Amino acid sequence: MSAVTSAAAPGTELPPGRMTYREALRESLREALRGDERVFVMGEDVGRYGGCFAVTLGLLEEFGPERVRDTPLSESAFVGAGIGAALGGMRPVVEIMTVNFSLLALDQILNNAATLAHMSGGQLAVPLVVRMTTGAGRQLAAQHSHSLEGWYAHIPGLRIVAPATVADARGMLAPALASPDPVLLFEHAGLYASEGEVDDTPVALDGAAVRRPGEDVTLVTYGGMLPTALAAAEALEAGGIAAEVVDLRSLRPLDEATVLASVRRTHRLVVVDEGWRSGSLAAEVAARVAEQAFYDLDAPPERVCSAEVPVPYAAHLERAARPAVDDVVAAARRTVG
Amino acid sequence: MPSLGADMDAGTVVEWAVAPGDHVHRGDLVAAVETEKSVIDVECFEDGVVERLLVPVGTKVAVGTPLAVIAPEGATPAPTPAPTPALTPAPAPAAGTPERDGAASLPRATPPVRRFAERLGLDVARLPGTGPHGTVTHADVRAAASTGTTARTDTTDTTDTTDTTVPSPTPTVPPAAPAERPRITPYARRLAAERGTPPEALRPGADGVVRARDVPAGTGATPTRTPRPTPQPTRPTTPPSPRPAAQGMRAAIAARMTRSLAIPQYHVDSVLELGAPLDRLREVNRRLPVSERIVPAALLLHATARAARRVPELNGHWVDDTLVPATTVALGVVVSLRGGGLLVPTIPAADELTLSELMAALRDVVARARTGRLRTSDAADAGLTVTDLGETGGHSVHGRIFPPQVALVGFGAVVRRPWAEGDLLGVRPTVTATLTGDHRATDGVVGGRFLHAIDDVLHDTEEWS
Repeated sequence: MSAVTSAAAPGTELPPGRMTYREALRESLREALRGDERVFVMGEDVGRYGGCFAVTLGLLEEFGPERVRDTPLSESAFVGAGIGAALGGMRPVVEIMTVNFSLLALDQILNNAATLAHMSGGQLAVPLVVRMTTGAGRQLAAQHSHSLEGWYAHIPGLRIVAPATVADARGMLAPALASPDPVLLFEHAGLYASEGEVDDTPVALDGAAVRRPGEDVTLVTYGGMLPTALAAAEALEAGGIAAEVVDLRSLRPLDEATVLASVRRTHRLVVVDEGWRSGSLAAEVAARVAEQAFYDLDAPPERVCSAEVPVPYAAHLERAARPAVDDVVAAARRTVG
Repeated sequence: MPSLGADMDAGTVVEWAVAPGDHVHRGDLVAAVETEKSVIDVECFEDGVVERLLVPVGTKVAVGTPLAVIAPEGATPAPTPAPTPALTPAPAPAAGTPERDGAASLPRATPPVRRFAERLGLDVARLPGTGPHGTVTHADVRAAASTGTTARTDTTDTTDTTDTTVPSPTPTVPPAAPAERPRITPYARRLAAERGTPPEALRPGADGVVRARDVPAGTGATPTRTPRPTPQPTRPTTPPSPRPAAQGMRAAIAARMTRSLAIPQYHVDSVLELGAPLDRLREVNRRLPVSERIVPAALLLHATARAARRVPELNGHWVDDTLVPATTVALGVVVSLRGGGLLVPTIPAADELTLSELMAALRDVVARARTGRLRTSDAADAGLTVTDLGETGGHSVHGRIFPPQVALVGFGAVVRRPWAEGDLLGVRPTVTATLTGDHRATDGVVGGRFLHAIDDVLHDTEEWS
């Protein structure tokens, strides 16, 4: 596996309480390393290089090579080592460069991490956190840009979270480490530089959040597509349509109560998902709404997903492949009729 | 609740084919009842007007329990009395599925089902729903269309029965379905129902779809006028499904055959030569259209019915240590089902039927048994049962008596065998007839006489008509 980008410089000066998504993640790691000696960080280039997206920059210097460990380029080996450490009482935070590379560790994640609690009759817990980057938009081409979190959300025994805001990036690691189940934390590559306010409010791992209220149509999204959905809601408002934006935050378990409550208010659904449409998380959300809120629907549910191609390298093609604000606006307009 | 078999103690109403206010006539199918063995349509024996349904769908009641009140023609339809508690579904809908805001009592159907109903001129809002949450299914529409009651849009209006108003005979929709109806979103349809707007009054928007905004606002005074508490009695707690019925059938066979074990039984068998009868049958069949041709099984059944007339001791019931002879020859016919299991419908007065009439009755009852739609009359108590293994079966069958009957006649496959006629040997079609008798009621000699009587009838051309 290759390192994908050079490490960016640590955050420039921001007002207190305001930071980037990247810094928020780093702060949450720092807090965890400081607060619990069982916590350690492990992954490719997380130490000396500071992480290929610079999330762990400075942590090696602060906590030393025992707790911030560079690993060989073998996802299966170091995720497996993380599972072993978690079984042994540690609280490992394993970083995988991108979700594409995580497929090399799929056996460890699915056959070991996700199953051991069940197969041991509850005797074993795997309190492992795996962080990985997902999504397109940075011209890193097909092998570094896919959105495969929907696949992982298919697997019982895992918790899947996708922080879309800086506050969630700051607040999700602590409950993830506290969970007895393995947690996969998906960081969208396009969000690292985003800025936002951070407070100390604890974050729950399994609840969706209404990011913007509205009564005409519900836009359900998560992770890297939240900014797109919010921008679409802004554009829709200019046209007199009030869109409600629901950020799923947790992809497994799915907080369907929040989604259903919103759809029962707005009677229209658009799901925005950077994954491919076929067999996607968007399909799951649409199916659940059709199953449970059919008689509340005033229009067929719409899905805005990525084109079903490997993510292209060329910038204009990559843009065309991903869900864009205009696509979301058009879909929302179709539902409103 | 009629007794649909000698061993039936109770039955579950799974469907009402009529609603209060409907006119019914003797012989109409009014309800479907599930017994351990199958779903049976219940016929009505009176003419009149249905006044009240006493037993809600999904409720199991003992044999003899009144199911509905039928008033004599003319005595009604005075103001319908306020619905009795029996009208509302006693049990809650499927567990663990809380009904949601306001929509709870609405009859609902998916768009394809609704369109299907509209094509047939039916209004789903008036159809009983057996789907999840009381939704109207494709099967419900089909059932309503075939019974032709309750929901036809041009019959009396049942929507307001709880308002104690006289059922208005005004048709709300012309019976002929309009050619093209606009598509209506599920939510818009719900809103229209809540606001009392009939779907045909809705006008679509520019794209031809009726959405929520195209539904006229309510009258304000009654924003959520509770719409129709539609014929809700027909919401079953557990929708009838073939699987439990099949298990119930197995259990019923097991129970009955285990009871049969307590009967001291004797067996007699006899090989019957069928050369002349089958030749004659071929002659008869040559003159009949294919659909009316007579199969050998009907010939054997016919002969058995006539034999029961000649040897009456084997046709009856063993009750309280006494043989109670039957007054007619009601013949039970074992029908094996393709999916396994068997049913034993009855052909009443079988000895009075000509051979072709008996063939027609047999064809009819087998078809109904195999489609699970037996009627009350098919379930009349038989005095004697026949089991015929047919062409693909074994050479002989030594069956067990169905209590409280006292005999069972069995036929194996018709096979060609060497046959001595005087001192000469030939090859003839033959069948092995067996008789299982209740030794408390009769002795083996009677069984032997019975088999002889069958043989006589088969060769007695007078008997065929």
